[in-house]
Amino acid sequence: MDSLVEQIERGTLWQFPGGVHPPEQKSLSNQLPIARLPLPDKIVLPLKQHIGANGQLLVNKGDKILKGQPLTKPSANWSLPVHAPTSGKILDITSAPSSHPSALPELSIIIAPDGNDMWCDLTPVDDITQLTHKQLVDILHSAGIAGMGGAGFPTYIKADSHQPIEYLIVNGVECEPYITADDLLMQEHATEIVQGIEIMQQLLKPQRVLVGIEDNKPQAIAAMARACEHNSAILVRTIPTKYPSGGEKQLIRVLTSKEVPSSGIPADIGVLVQNVGTLFAVSEAVNKGKPLIERVVTVTGNTIDKPQNVWALIGSEIKHLLDSQGFTPVAEQRVIMGGPMMGFTLPTVRIPVIKTTNCILAPDNRELVEPGDEKACIRCSACADACPQTLLPQQLQWFAKSKDFEKLEEYNLFDCIECGACSYVCPSEIPLVQYYRVAKAEIREQKLDQIKAERAKERFEARKDRLEQEQQERQNRHKRGASRVTKPEKEKAKVADALERVKQKQGDKSAVQAAIARAKAKKAADGSLEPDNSEVAKERAKRKEQARSYKEQKQSTEGTPANTDDKKDAVAQAIARAKAKKAAKLAEESTPNIEPEQAQPSSENDDPRKAAVAAAIARAKAKKAAKAEENTSSIEPEQAQSSSENDDPRKAAVAAAIARAKAKKAAKAEENTSSIEPEQAQSSSENDDPRKAAVAAAIARAKAKKAAKLAEESTPNIEPEQAQSSSENDDPRKAAVAAAIARAKAKKAAKQVEENTSNVEPEQAQSSSENDDPRKAAVAAAIARAKAKKAAKQAEQNAQATNTNDDLAQPMSELKQIDNALAEQSDSEQLTPEQKRQAAIKAAVAKAKAKKQAKEQEGNDPS
Amino acid sequence: MTLFYALIALGSLALIFGLILGYAAVKYRVESNPIVDQVDAILPQTQCGQCGYPGCRPYAEAIANGDEVNKCPPGGEATVKKLADLMGVEAKPLAGGEEAEPVKTVAYIREDECIGCTKCIQACPVDAIVGATRQMHTVIDDECTGCDLCVEPCPVDCIDMLPVEQTKQTWKWQLDAIAVKQID
Repeated sequence: MDSLVEQIERGTLWQFPGGVHPPEQKSLSNQLPIARLPLPDKIVLPLKQHIGANGQLLVNKGDKILKGQPLTKPSANWSLPVHAPTSGKILDITSAPSSHPSALPELSIIIAPDGNDMWCDLTPVDDITQLTHKQLVDILHSAGIAGMGGAGFPTYIKADSHQPIEYLIVNGVECEPYITADDLLMQEHATEIVQGIEIMQQLLKPQRVLVGIEDNKPQAIAAMARACEHNSAILVRTIPTKYPSGGEKQLIRVLTSKEVPSSGIPADIGVLVQNVGTLFAVSEAVNKGKPLIERVVTVTGNTIDKPQNVWALIGSEIKHLLDSQGFTPVAEQRVIMGGPMMGFTLPTVRIPVIKTTNCILAPDNRELVEPGDEKACIRCSACADACPQTLLPQQLQWFAKSKDFEKLEEYNLFDCIECGACSYVCPSEIPLVQYYRVAKAEIREQKLDQIKAERAKERFEARKDRLEQEQQERQNRHKRGASRVTKPEKEKAKVADALERVKQKQGDKSAVQAAIARAKAKKAADGSLEPDNSEVAKERAKRKEQARSYKEQKQSTEGTPANTDDKKDAVAQAIARAKAKKAAKLAEESTPNIEPEQAQPSSENDDPRKAAVAAAIARAKAKKAAKAEENTSSIEPEQAQSSSENDDPRKAAVAAAIARAKAKKAAKAEENTSSIEPEQAQSSSENDDPRKAAVAAAIARAKAKKAAKLAEESTPNIEPEQAQSSSENDDPRKAAVAAAIARAKAKKAAKQVEENTSNVEPEQAQSSSENDDPRKAAVAAAIARAKAKKAAKQAEQNAQATNTNDDLAQPMSELKQIDNALAEQSDSEQLTPEQKRQAAIKAAVAKAKAKKQAKEQEGNDPS
Repeated sequence: MTLFYALIALGSLALIFGLILGYAAVKYRVESNPIVDQVDAILPQTQCGQCGYPGCRPYAEAIANGDEVNKCPPGGEATVKKLADLMGVEAKPLAGGEEAEPVKTVAYIREDECIGCTKCIQACPVDAIVGATRQMHTVIDDECTGCDLCVEPCPVDCIDMLPVEQTKQTWKWQLDAIAVKQID
């Protein structure tokens, strides 16, 4: 008994089970040499022509390109570049029908050839023995070579196999009827193919190279035998014609008697198979530096005038190939890509030749008939006899029809090579292979779904964990906050505030809103220190406006009751806004316009931008309201919320501070009232929200100022409100003057306000409870002072120094007074003396800073 | 006296076996109900809540406790069938009269209409939406399970559920073959 090697050496051949003998029809196309086609008008180059990933585009629309220039760069694993098949210009990079039975669009580069067919610079290798393994593999990779037998597996991966290769098998079998591309290639380019074999020999170091050619190609066998005479390791084997002996697994079986394990690859048993076309491309890439840009395609069938093999540029349309060889279509003409056994009917002829296209078959209706109706399986088992993989096609068919995917896998569906032998022999004309293909696709899809479901589950669980953790952290924070409360009085006040407000206003609103409220309270508290964010606010308002218009459109088309709610909402809001505006205007009219800057900003502030924002929010809420079937009364709180959201946080803070100060004064003084009442009464009746109270206070302040102006008394008594007024003023001088005047007025106003206490007190008390933190007050005061000082300094430059300076001295002491008073007032909050001291220190620091700032300002300001 | 011995013998035997059983019950305790895991593995994990439970796992638990198996519209008939097989009950048509073959969808945010409210991000059970406050949001379609949960919270209705596009990888063969006929 000879060893396997000896048997192979001697030329023993084995048999694979099954197989069929369809009519060969090869003489149609193998009589003529391979023809060169004229340049096509258009090249459509899909980015993906192989198994694996796309490359990355290297070119843009409109670029001029040269023949052989790489157009993509391999990016991920298993990705190959594509190269320009001819020189020209890139017309477009777009989706085009792909060379696939579905012809689903695929990203392709569309090239208009310029007719010059000019090569780019090529770098051929003179002596391959000088190259390292890696260099050679890189050449194969960058030349974009994929298996040209049909599957399109990237060749560089095979060439870089880490498993030891015992036998390299060269597949020149070409068992499929009609196709003669490899036959002709071997006849005409045997030398190059052998060069390719030798390159692979250097890469893989196999013991033997076996070239398998079917015995119906005597000329090719002779040519190959001649070409490899010099290399004793290459053995040309003639194998009997039987379909599908060209299948990888079948050829291995025939030549070496080895069997590739189920769901394994040939390298597992030390064998590697390469198609002759691929080896030719390897030789061209290494010895001539040419990337894979053209291939031999058999154009055949009875409707072709001149059936023949042609060198087709990759990317040329099938139509171009057919037209060049003379195509006279018959009724219901079919054009098949690939052979009659494994090919597929093309949905259109305007799809490109790709790296794996070996045959274009345009048969007439007599040579290849449409399959008849599927009949019932008669259990003749002819399919099982024909199956080269020794599967049970009949069983598989039942399972495929009943979608029993588990059973299908149990019966090794994935070992099916889809050769079509079973369908070919079936007397009932059952399209068995199609059933398997559908079943395979569905199993693959299910597996993908499973993977996806697994990932979704992971993400879902991760999210759940994260949310839990966040909640835990929040709770911990609250606990910590509670334990620390005596120290950071401010924070406590803020949290308490927010909680109170949230409770008051929203009752059942979610934690998210609570968080928002808290965030807002925070902002309101230190808002006066923040930069102006009106720009951002404006942008947001615009976006919301957009959203709103979209929504309104939608609602009007739907005609839901939500519409009326929405409108009511908007109207109510508009009324509220109008009232505020009117009040402001009235005040403005009743006084000489000494301070237009002040009156105007506030009235301006709540128009278009705010309106838009408010409207957008109101609309969003209306949606909710409509859903919950709320009535008008329940819209009220929403409104309150929206307006509270609208307040500029900075303003709110300042206003609150002012209101507080005033309330105190009001309590102290005992004097009579004037025209401030109505507005305040109105606002207080409308508002149960501290922030709104603040706004009301601001309005009151504006009025008080005006009233004071009329009286024009000069009691030097500074109010933090000047902070706002001066901050709003662009004219420094005016600001200084205004500051002085306003101080006087404020006092008077406060007295007037006092008369109102029954009305105003509650809200003011509320706002003061919100803001009675001495430190906050100190900061606000410091800022106010700083501004006043700055204004004053600038005024000084205008030679009114003495007066204002005197005034300035006063405000400072005044401020301190206020601070202390405030601290006292907040005794209800149980402030320790130490805290008071702290507040005082803070105030002092702030003052110092403000002074410094003012000085700097002075230095910077050229005026 | 004989009776007494017999009682002692039987009693001691009962005690020994009781101890063995008790030990085994502790030692070989099954942590969770394995049927829940099996059911959970069959469910499509869209976490859409269309079954009335807050996720696939809770529904799996409910099924294990005897709930109907036909409440999962994203899974379609196939899932119902598998669940019925597993639970040993009869497969019923989907509750609510949904199609047997659910169309797979992914969420798509019309980005120019998004106001950046983050509501959909909070609603997404699989964190498949990225974005930040006042920034445009978008859906990672590979991660989207098509559960619809983000559509409802959107205040400006800018989320669409689009059917998953077919690609070459998901395309399925049509049942038509190419026959070869001998002519002479």
